[in-house]
Parts: sequence; structure tokens; C-alpha cells
Amino acid sequence: MTKTWLPVLLGITLAASFITPALAEDPVSTEEKAPFITLASTTSTENSGLFDAILPQFKKARGIDVHVVAVGTGQAFEMARRGDADSLLVHDKTAEESFVAEGYATERDDVMYNDFVLIGPKDDPANINSAESVTDALARIADSEAPFASRGDDSGTNRAELRLWEAADIQAQGEWYRELGSGMGATLNTAAAMDAYTLSDRATWVSFDNRQNLDLLYAGDEALFNQYGSLLMSPEKYPHLKHDLAAQWHQWLLSDEGQQAIADFRVKGEQLFFPNAATNK
Amino acid sequence: MSDSAFITALQLIANFDPELLAIVSLSLRVSLSAVIIAAFIGLPLGAALALYRFPGRAIIIVVFNALMGLPPVVAGLSVYLLLSRAGPLGEFGLLFTPTAMIVAQVILILPILVSLTRQRIEELHGEYAEQLSSMSVSKARRIPTLLWDARLALITVILAGLGRASAEVGAVMIVGGNIDGVTRVMTTAIVLETSKGNLALALGLGLILMLLVALLNGMAYLIGEGTKRSLG
Repeated sequence: MTKTWLPVLLGITLAASFITPALAEDPVSTEEKAPFITLASTTSTENSGLFDAILPQFKKARGIDVHVVAVGTGQAFEMARRGDADSLLVHDKTAEESFVAEGYATERDDVMYNDFVLIGPKDDPANINSAESVTDALARIADSEAPFASRGDDSGTNRAELRLWEAADIQAQGEWYRELGSGMGATLNTAAAMDAYTLSDRATWVSFDNRQNLDLLYAGDEALFNQYGSLLMSPEKYPHLKHDLAAQWHQWLLSDEGQQAIADFRVKGEQLFFPNAATNK
Repeated sequence: MSDSAFITALQLIANFDPELLAIVSLSLRVSLSAVIIAAFIGLPLGAALALYRFPGRAIIIVVFNALMGLPPVVAGLSVYLLLSRAGPLGEFGLLFTPTAMIVAQVILILPILVSLTRQRIEELHGEYAEQLSSMSVSKARRIPTLLWDARLALITVILAGLGRASAEVGAVMIVGGNIDGVTRVMTTAIVLETSKGNLALALGLGLILMLLVALLNGMAYLIGEGTKRSLG
């Protein structure tokens, strides 16, 4: 009878050795007891590897860990509105400003920018390579009814894309216009698979590896400017948040040191984000 | 592509990549904790559902059966709304921690453990009922006896739960947030690498995850065989 117990005991001990550390201590506190903030940000910053490059520098300077939750800009705002993030780093200036106006956030500052680019199959069936403006390029895609993959996820990039269609005065609908409801990387994967055009932020495109037949076909119009902003949450509305630590992160991003860290970040030799915090900050 | 995925997987294992080790161990901790907690609740609950007759029992059984198909994203979203600062349990600050991920996975796998246990115990009880009632053993006392006698079958039930826990991504992505070094597990890392277009790395991680699950299943099989043998 004792023998029957052995394997069971073995199993329980083994299982217990896994469960105890998980319940007893957070992995956060086991390593080093550094304070941390939760930052709601976008998939474009995470996927490009920017945070891997600048967060260690911030940690070194201020001793604070930043826990990045990378979601679409729409979801990031919702997270912050529910009080689940100490700070926001997103790219939809209009929505950011109304977020401040509505009292959820108290401060918003420009941090950096890059640009959106039009990606499509190398043979460029809609011939957007020679387009005169981004609205012209979109009109050519719509006219030729070449497949266009839209994020369709209410992200910053998605919102920018919808504004561009509106500026071009085009009803983007029909079989050629495909709303994917996916993140930027997933959308590029899908566009590559179906030889579709799509709008991407430059950072995700440059660091994206599964390009297959895709190429950068149009860029450079002023309307494709992509501004990133950092927001601080309202201490009155959200007394439980780590406002002091979040303010340190915000100030570091705007400081010479933080701006330099952003400028130094390169993928495949290319600078992906251009710091543009106001100099008087 | 699949060749390079295989090579990537081998390289990651051979190098004992520390980041990979951290991700793997967090995956195991979260899923095993969830399975153990769910087993402590689900096995007795399933057995009780098999033995007791009460009004509404059929409804409970149907609900648990239906919840076996609960989409992980829905489980994740429910736990998110519960643990979010604006939610009822917000003040505990559990969102985006491994604990939140364990809670979500317990909710996901509990219905599997309850439903399958109930079915197994009901079958077993059909065989034993006469004997047990002739010995006038109370229903509450029968539960541990029946669970113990069904332990070989229940190992498979628990493995089904573990399979669901270690494979799902929808729930842990939402309640964990896929935070680097804090709540990143195998499945969320696979999603992240896929969205970066690192398909070989993503598939390599998938191979390692499969290998781990196979190892755990192998261990459970050996335990089962050992038990069988010692029972003679």
C-alpha cells in the first residue's frame, strides 16, 4: 500500500514546488524590489523594440521599472480611463487632447514622431509609387480596387488611416477594402499573404521581417506625420495611481537624456523615432 | 520556414537562453498553479454533483458542460473587468500580475474538471452504489473513496485541464498584459513574435511549448503506470 502512495507523493511535491513560488511571491518582487509604473502604450512602439532600448536607460537613471502593456491606442485610452495605467504613450493627438480636456489626464506633451508609410505588393498594381500626394495614392488604390488591408481595430494607425480616406473624399468600402481587426504586425503578415496595400507606421515596417512580396511604395506627404505624446493621469480622478513615479518617467522622456535615448534607437541602421519634445520643458 | 523554426528552437534550448527560461518557468507556474487550484475545487465538486440529487442539478450540469467551451478571451475579459481599478476587486491591484493570470485560467479549466469528474464518478458510482449503500456509507464519505478509486481516470481529466491552460492565449494576454519579464508567458510571446514578423522564432517557441506539454504528459503517464503496477 505504501508503494501506491510514492508516485502520488512525488507528483504532489513536484507540483507544490511550482505552485508555492507562484503564489508566495510575485516575480517582480523576487528579482529586485524596484518600484514600477504601468505604462499603456501602442503595439507600434513595442513591436519596433523601442522600449527594449530605452527602458534600461531610464531604469539606470531613475531606478524605476516600466511595465509596458502594449495595445491599440483605443484600448490604451480605455485602460487608462478605468484607472489601470499610471501613464500613457500613444499616437492620436486629437484623442489625447480631448482626454486631457475631459479631465482624465492633466498633462500631455509631444515626445517624438515618425511617419506613416504606404506598403504594398512590389509590382504596385495601383501605381501609387508615382502618386503626387497620399490622397492621390489612396484614390489610385480605390480606383483600381486593389486589395487594401485596414487595421480596423480603432488603433492610432487605424484612426489616421480613416482620416486619410476622409481627406481623399473616398468611401473606403467594397470587397477590396478588408478590415482585419488586428495589430500592425499581424496586419502586415496578412497583407503579405494576400498581396494587399496597407498603411503602417514606419517603425513597425522597418523592424518587420516577414515582408515576402511587400515593399514601401509611398511616403513623405506631410499628412502622414505621426506624433507620439506622453500623458499624465489626473491625481484627483485616480488617487490610487503612482503619480510621482509616472511624473519622473514623463519628465525623463522629455529631458535631453530621454530624447537622446530615443534618437539613438536604431533598427537595421535606421532611426525610427525622432524626438521633438518642446525645448522649454 | 519550418526548418529554420526547428533550428531556432534547438538553438534557444541549447543556449539556455535566460529570457526563455524565465518565460518557460512563468508559463509552468501559472498553468500548474491554475490546474492544482482548479483540481482542489473541481474534483470534489464534480463528485458531489455525481452523487447528490437536488433541484436545479440538471441546470448546473448543463451550465458546467457549456462552460467547457468558454472562449478564453471572454474569461480574460471578465477577470479584467473584475480586477480592473474600476471593477469590484480593483483595490487589490492584481491586474497585470501572474496571480490575475492564474485566476483567469482557473475559471477556464474548472468547468472541464467538474464536468469530466462528474461523468467519471457517476459511472464508477453506478458500479459501487449497491455495495456502498449496503455498508451504509454516507454520501459525503463516498466522495473521497470514489475519487481515490477513479484516480487513474482523473489524471487524464487533470491533463485535459492542463492542456487547455497551457495552450490558451486569450485570457492571459488580457489580464496579464504580456509585460516583458513580468507576465510574458510562452503563448503571449508567440503572439508577440508573430506580430513582429519573426515567424521562425514564434514557431520555435511553439515547438518548445509542445515539448514541455509532452514532457508533463509523459510524467503523468509514468505516474499512472506506476500506480497501476503497484496495485498489481
